[in-house]
Amino acid sequence: MSGETILSVKGLSMRFGGIVAVNDLSFDAGRRKITALIGPNGAGKTTVFNCITGFYRPSGGSIALTHDDGKTIQLERLNDFRISKQARVARTFQNIRLFPGMTALENLMVAQHNALMRASGLTFLGLIGAPSWRSAEARAIELARTWLTRVGLLDRADDAAGNLPYGDQRRLEIARAMCTEPALLCLDEPAAGLNARESAALSELLLSIRTEQGTSILLIEHDMSVVMEISDHVVVMDYGVKIAEGTPQSVRDDPKVIAAYLGADEEEAIAVMESGT
Amino acid sequence: MTTSALEKKPASRASGAAFILKKATISALVALVLFSLMIGVRTEAGPQGGLIYWTRFGDLAAIVAAVFGGSIVIELLRQWWGPADKVRVVPPAVQNALSLAGRLIAPALLIFTFLVPVIFYDQRYILDLAILVLTYVMLGWGLNVVVGLAGLLDLGYVAFYAVGAYSYALLATNFGLSFWVCLPLAGILAAFWGVLLGFPVLRLRGDYLAIVTLAFGEIIRLVIINWQSLTGGPNGISGIPRPTLFGIPLSPGEDGLAARLGIEFSPTHRIVFLFYLILAMALLTNWVTIRLRRLPIGRAWEALREDEVACRALGINTTTTKLTAFATGAMFGGFAGAFFATRQGFISPESFTFQESALVLAIVVLGGMGSQLGVALAALAMIGGFELFRGLDQYRMLVFGMAMVLLMIWRPRGLIGHRAPTVYLERNQAISSDLVKEGHG
Amino acid sequence: MDYFAQQLINGLVLGSIYGLIAIGYTMVYGIVGMINFAHGDIFMIGGFIALISFLVLVSLGLTAIPLVLFIVLLVSMAITALYGWTVERIAYRPLRHSFRLAPMLSAIGMSFVLTNFSQVAQGARVKPVPPIITGGYTLHEGESGFVVQLSNIQIIVVLATVVLLALFTWLVSRTRLGRDMRACEQDQTMAALLGVDVDRTISMTFVIGAALAAVAGMMYLLYYGLVDFFMGFVAGIKAFTAAVLGGIGSLPGAMLGGLAIGLIETFWSAYFSVEYKDVAAFSILIVVLIFLPTGLLGRPEVEKV
Repeated sequence: MSGETILSVKGLSMRFGGIVAVNDLSFDAGRRKITALIGPNGAGKTTVFNCITGFYRPSGGSIALTHDDGKTIQLERLNDFRISKQARVARTFQNIRLFPGMTALENLMVAQHNALMRASGLTFLGLIGAPSWRSAEARAIELARTWLTRVGLLDRADDAAGNLPYGDQRRLEIARAMCTEPALLCLDEPAAGLNARESAALSELLLSIRTEQGTSILLIEHDMSVVMEISDHVVVMDYGVKIAEGTPQSVRDDPKVIAAYLGADEEEAIAVMESGT
Repeated sequence: MTTSALEKKPASRASGAAFILKKATISALVALVLFSLMIGVRTEAGPQGGLIYWTRFGDLAAIVAAVFGGSIVIELLRQWWGPADKVRVVPPAVQNALSLAGRLIAPALLIFTFLVPVIFYDQRYILDLAILVLTYVMLGWGLNVVVGLAGLLDLGYVAFYAVGAYSYALLATNFGLSFWVCLPLAGILAAFWGVLLGFPVLRLRGDYLAIVTLAFGEIIRLVIINWQSLTGGPNGISGIPRPTLFGIPLSPGEDGLAARLGIEFSPTHRIVFLFYLILAMALLTNWVTIRLRRLPIGRAWEALREDEVACRALGINTTTTKLTAFATGAMFGGFAGAFFATRQGFISPESFTFQESALVLAIVVLGGMGSQLGVALAALAMIGGFELFRGLDQYRMLVFGMAMVLLMIWRPRGLIGHRAPTVYLERNQAISSDLVKEGHG
Repeated sequence: MDYFAQQLINGLVLGSIYGLIAIGYTMVYGIVGMINFAHGDIFMIGGFIALISFLVLVSLGLTAIPLVLFIVLLVSMAITALYGWTVERIAYRPLRHSFRLAPMLSAIGMSFVLTNFSQVAQGARVKPVPPIITGGYTLHEGESGFVVQLSNIQIIVVLATVVLLALFTWLVSRTRLGRDMRACEQDQTMAALLGVDVDRTISMTFVIGAALAAVAGMMYLLYYGLVDFFMGFVAGIKAFTAAVLGGIGSLPGAMLGGLAIGLIETFWSAYFSVEYKDVAAFSILIVVLIFLPTGLLGRPEVEKV
C-alpha cells in the first residue's frame, strides 16, 4: 500500500483558443474508491477526462497517478496510447466506441493487445505457432470469457458488437476497458440511456469491480441515483471550476451545488435534490 | 436517397411509357450537348503543323440514338427489377445451395489452379494469362492488408511494386545476385520504403492519405524516369536474369534443367516454373495474411479500421500498428515486383503508372474489403475481363473506367459482403459488412 | 533580378490557372467531403471544347478575335458544366450515402472514362494551336539584354481569373444558392429538413466547379497553345495540392494555394531543374499535409472524443 490517493489532479487548466473549458481544477481520487465527477452540461467534465486519458494535452497543471507499488506517473507528460499502456488508465466513452464490425469476444481480445503482442514475440512467435503463444492466447480467451460472464454477455460472445442492444454495448465497453487490467477506470456517463433496472445492474457491476479487482473508478454521471448509491467521493464542477466536493450526502445538501444545477437546468437540480431519498 | 426522389417513384410507375420517353429524351439531349463538339468534330494536327478538323455527325447521331435507346432499356429494367432497396426473399433451398457453393469455391479454385499447367500445357497464351492473374492476386492480397484490414486508403501501391522490380533488376544486372537472394531483399527494400513514407503521413485522414500515397507513387515513377544513370530512364532495364530452380537454369544448354533430367528442352518448362513460382508466392502471402489476422497485430489492424480513438484508449500504438500494415503490404508488393521483373526480363517506368495502383485497388474493393477469396475472384474477373477487351485496344481503358463506376454502383461493398471473425467461443458466424467500418476519415 | 521578375509574372499566371481548378476541388470537398478525382479531367475536357469551338467559329468566318473568344468562353463553360453535372449524376449521386471508398473508386473510374474518351474521340496526339493573342509590353530591359515581358495573354489570364473569382465569391456568399451550399456543407440532413434541395445544391456545386475548370482549360489553351488528353491528371493533382495548401473548403484559400503552387513550380523550373518540377510539386503536397494539414486559410479541427 502506498497512500490512499491514486490520482491527484492539481491546478488543471484546459483552454481552446480563448475558451477556458477547465480552470485551475484540483481534486484527488482515492485508491480502491469510486469518485464521481458531476456537474451541469458543459461544466467541463469530459474535458477533464480527455486530459486524464491523454486525448488532450492540458494547458496547465499536473495529473499524478500513483500505482500500488508507489511509483508515480505524471499523466500530463504522456500522450494517447501510453496512458493506457504504461499508466494503466482505461476509459469508456460518452458515445459508445466499440469496434462494431468485430464480435464481442474480438473486442475484448483487442483490449489485451499489449500483453498479447509481448506473448506473440511481436508477431514472430505467433506466426510460427509457438506453444508459448498458444497458451497465452488461451489465457486471453479465458480472461475475455470471465468478463463476458460478469457483464452477462457470454451467450452473445460471437455476435457483432454493433448488433448488440444499447445497454449491452455499454456493459461490453466496460468489460473491454477492464480487459486492459487497469489501475484506474474512467467511465464517461456509463448509465446514459439505461433504464432503471439496467442502472441498478450497472451499480452492482461497478461496486464488484472495486471490491473484487481493487480497481479505482472515476466516473462522470448524470444519473444521480447511481452517483449517490455507489460513490465514495463526489466532485462537483460548474463552468470549468470545482464548486464543491465531499461525500454524496454533503454534496447533495450543499447550497452552491443546488444553485449550480438550478441555474443551469431546473430538472437536473430537482433530480439532484430528490435522488437518494 | 432524399424524400423528393422517393416521391417520384410511384408517380413514375403510374405514368409509364410517357415518363420513360421523357427521361430518354432528356438523356439524349444531354448526350447531344456533351458529344456535339467532342465527337461531332474531330481535330488533328495537319501536315503543315496547323490544326485541321472534320465533322462526324453520323457518329454523333449514332451515339445520341444509342443513349436514347439505352436509357429506355435501363428504365424498363429498373421498373422490372423494382425499387433497389426492396428486400428479396431467397428460398431456403437456394440459400443452402449458395452457402454450400460458397464453402466449396475456395478449395475448388485452388485445385483447379494447381492443375492449370497440366490442362493448358500446350496453350502458352492461357499460361501467360494465368501468371498475370496470379500476379494481380498476389498484389491484391498484399494491398488487402493495407486497405482491407487496416483501412488505410493507399493509391500509390504501385510504388512498392516498382521498388521491388527495380531492386531485383538493379541488383541482378549490376552485382549478378541471383533471384533467390534478391527476392527477400526486394521485399525488405519495399517494406523499408513503406516505413519511410508511412512514418510521416500515416496520421493523416483517409482521403488525404489517399492523395499523399498517390503523390508518392508518382514521385517514385518520375524519379525512375529522370534518374537515367541508374535506372536507364524511360528506356528501362533489359536483360534481367531469368529465375533458376535453386541454381539450375531453365535453359537449353548443357547444364540446363532439361539436360540434367534427360528430357527434351521446351520453353514451356520455364513458363510452368514461373506459374508455380508465383502461385507459391501468392499462397504464401495468403497464408501469412490469414495467420496475421488471428494474431494481435492483425486484430489491431482491423480494430484500427473500426475506431482509431478507441484503439488509443486501449493502449494500442496506432502509429506503429499502421506502419506494420503499410510495411507488410509494401513487402508483398516488393515480392510481386521482383517476380514481375524476372518474368518480363525487361522493366520500364511505363509498367508502374497510377493506372496499375487503381487496378489493384479496384480488385481489393471489388473483392470485398478484407476478404481473401473475394480478392482472388475479383482479380480473376478484372484481369480476365481486361484480356477479353484486348481486341478493343484503345477502348480498353474506357471500358475499364466504366466498369469501375458500374461495379461500385452495383456492389459498393464488393463481391464478398461479410467478414469472418478471427476468434470465437461457440459459433463461427460471419458478420455482415454493413456493420464493418471502412476506416477513419 | 530581371529574371526573377519574369519568373514571378509567369508563376502568377500559372498559379491563376491552378487556382481556378482548385476552386472546383475545394467546393466539392467542402460540400460532399470527397475528392472529385475526375475534376482534373473536367479541366482537360474544358480545354478541348475551347479548342474545338474556336476552330469551328474561325472557320465559320468569324474574325473579330475578342468576340470569338467571348463566345468560346461561354460555350466551353456551358458544355463543360454539363460534363460536371453528368459525372455527378452518374457516378457520385447513387453512392452518396454509401461506403466511403465507393465514391472514391467510382471517381477514379470516371477519371479514366473521361481521359480515354477524349483520347478515343480526339486522338492521342497533342493538339497545337497557333498563338491567338499576341503582343505585350516590355516592362524592363536589363543591361545584359534580358527583357522582362508581360504579354497580353498573361494579362487576360489574370484578369479573367480575378473577375470570375469575384463573381463566384459573390455567388457563394450573397445568393440563395450560396446559402444553400453552405447549409449543405454544415449538415445535409438538417438542410433537407429545412427545405433545401440537397440534390440540386450538390449538382450546382459540380456545375460551378466544372465551369471554372473550363475557364482554366481555355486559359491553358491560350497560354500554352496546346491541349492533350492526358493533361488533366497532373494538373488535377497539382490543383488539389493547391486546394489543400490553401485550406480545403476555402475559396480564397484555393486561389492563394494555386498562386503558391504556380510560383513554386515556376521558380523551381527556373532555378533548379525542369525534369523534377512535378516531383517538387508532389513533395510540397506531402510536406504541407504533414506540417499544415488545415492549410493556410483552413479552420483547425478539434478532435471530438
